Amino acid sequence: MYQLAVSRMREFYREPEAVFWVFGFPIVLAFALGLAFRNTGPGNLQVCVAGGPGDSALAATLDSSPRLIASGLDTATARLRLRTGRIALLVIPGDPVVYRYDSTRTESGLARLQVDDVLQRSRGRKDLVTVRDDRAVAPGSRYIDFLIPGLLGMNLLGSGIWGVGFSVVQARQRKLLKRYMATPMRRSHYLLSFILSRLVFLIVEVIALVGFGWLLFGVAVRGSFATLAGITIVGSFSFAGLGLLVASRAKTIEGVSGLMNLVMLPMWILSGTFFSYSRFPDAMIPFVKALPLTALNDALRAVMIDGAAVATLGTPLAVVVAWGAVSFVIALKIFRWR
Amino acid sequence: MKRFGDVVAVAGLDLTVSAGECFGLLGPNGAGKTTTIEILEGLTPPDSGDVEILGMRWQDGAPGRALRERLGIQLQETQLADKLTVSEVLGLFRSFYRQSHTVEEVLALVELEEKRKARVVTLSGGQKQRLAVACALVSKPELLFLDEPTTGLDPQSRRQLWEIIRRFRADGGTVLLTTHYMEEAERLCDRVAIMDHGKIIAQGTPKELIASLGADHVVDFALTEGRIAKDLVEILRQMGGVSAVRTGPDGVSLTVVELHRALPALLALLKERGVELSLLTTHHASLDDVFVALTGRQLRDT
Repeated sequence: MYQLAVSRMREFYREPEAVFWVFGFPIVLAFALGLAFRNTGPGNLQVCVAGGPGDSALAATLDSSPRLIASGLDTATARLRLRTGRIALLVIPGDPVVYRYDSTRTESGLARLQVDDVLQRSRGRKDLVTVRDDRAVAPGSRYIDFLIPGLLGMNLLGSGIWGVGFSVVQARQRKLLKRYMATPMRRSHYLLSFILSRLVFLIVEVIALVGFGWLLFGVAVRGSFATLAGITIVGSFSFAGLGLLVASRAKTIEGVSGLMNLVMLPMWILSGTFFSYSRFPDAMIPFVKALPLTALNDALRAVMIDGAAVATLGTPLAVVVAWGAVSFVIALKIFRWR
Repeated sequence: MKRFGDVVAVAGLDLTVSAGECFGLLGPNGAGKTTTIEILEGLTPPDSGDVEILGMRWQDGAPGRALRERLGIQLQETQLADKLTVSEVLGLFRSFYRQSHTVEEVLALVELEEKRKARVVTLSGGQKQRLAVACALVSKPELLFLDEPTTGLDPQSRRQLWEIIRRFRADGGTVLLTTHYMEEAERLCDRVAIMDHGKIIAQGTPKELIASLGADHVVDFALTEGRIAKDLVEILRQMGGVSAVRTGPDGVSLTVVELHRALPALLALLKERGVELSLLTTHHASLDDVFVALTGRQLRDT
């Protein structure tokens, strides 16, 4: 079994493309998404003042506000910019002052409030109630903090299913499975060797992704590393079981590819990898929560963001383990050895 | 017996292979050789019938594994893992057995020592086949199953494999092989069974089978004018020293007892009739001729 697992690993790392898709791709993805969503808070708002009486004074007033970038433009250009979304709001000077904006855009709504506030104050409006802002940045509230655990979960799913599925079907297609059957090798050893070799890759995957998030974006692991390791091991075993199930009957690479997509695509979308699954209708939530990737992502986020202890993660971990155990047992029963 | 859907691949056959012997299953593609050998190897369950190997029957679990410890098996279509090296593949197969040759020993058996660090994907066809046989030999088997070990190989690689098989037998091993090369069977096997359409149509030592033709030479000839006249065939049948005449699309084939009498007589006859030869060859009768005599078909055409 040790020999089988070692062979599996050798076959893997001698396949440079596979190495990239498993290790490189999630990191590239995290990098790109991390950059795109660097600032979670609203940035500066671009507004325009159309030509008219007192336009340059108005633009200067608005521009002096720290949240606004205002410029004067002729009406036609300004309208075009508004239509193409390059500015959030167009101010047309006069009496009354006209705010032209798309009320369905969040940015435009914010710009309207901000512009109106600056304008009214500059004309002498006084605040009637004294207020004080108490700004808090919750730890781990950035998008990248949300994303890294999701990518980790997705990566465990992908490498489990791809790694196991393709090698099994390839061995079957090349009649290598049949050749193994002609030796005294135990069948369970063959299947377990996949799970064992997954364990080794898992360590590399987790270190690569978590280390990357920490170095570049300062994504910290708030819970204990032991808990994180435990959860990823459980998840990885479970997905290897799922991978075996997917590959248990398929005879061709094309056939198994289709099955893999059928299994993985819904989970990528539903399981809260890139955005929270709470956006789905309430009726769907119980089903979404029953998916293994959802459960794993929840557990990973609980550890990495909230610093949760193992004891509080019973339910999601039970879901993950159940999926893995059930699929492994079914895979063993229905596996096509020839 | 074994059926695949409506197709009966193997329809009842009886074989006994004795210890220390090399037994060949011969026949064209699709004759049922592979199905037969895989039933014997315990890889394909038969629909009916009994198999006894080394005094045991195929069972699941520990008894089956104990039997596998004593066998060496090479399958027809196995492609070993491309990315592993020769010695890694052998190390892997070695790990399946309780008792086995070391990697170096088995490399020496199949003369692949220089390739030990080479990845499987870089090997030639003959080297891959020797590696496949090495995987079968690594367990120090008592009984070796080889399914078309030399199909598609060049003559030199084929001879190397024959040499490997001879050495294995010299150490007291028993071999059961399939082939569609009659020449291979004649050279390697003590006994052969000729299969066609899932049945054994002849069985015996190569010598016995060839002797059953009743003649030891075959003369093939063709005429420039193409088809041969019916009456000429009749005359040939009556000719001294000729035991059988067979006409085919490519020409005429005579099975001949005494070549030194039959050949001049044939040439004289053709000259007398004023027909010209476009081809004339003679060879010692072989198992190929036995197959043609039994089925009326050429082995290679099928």
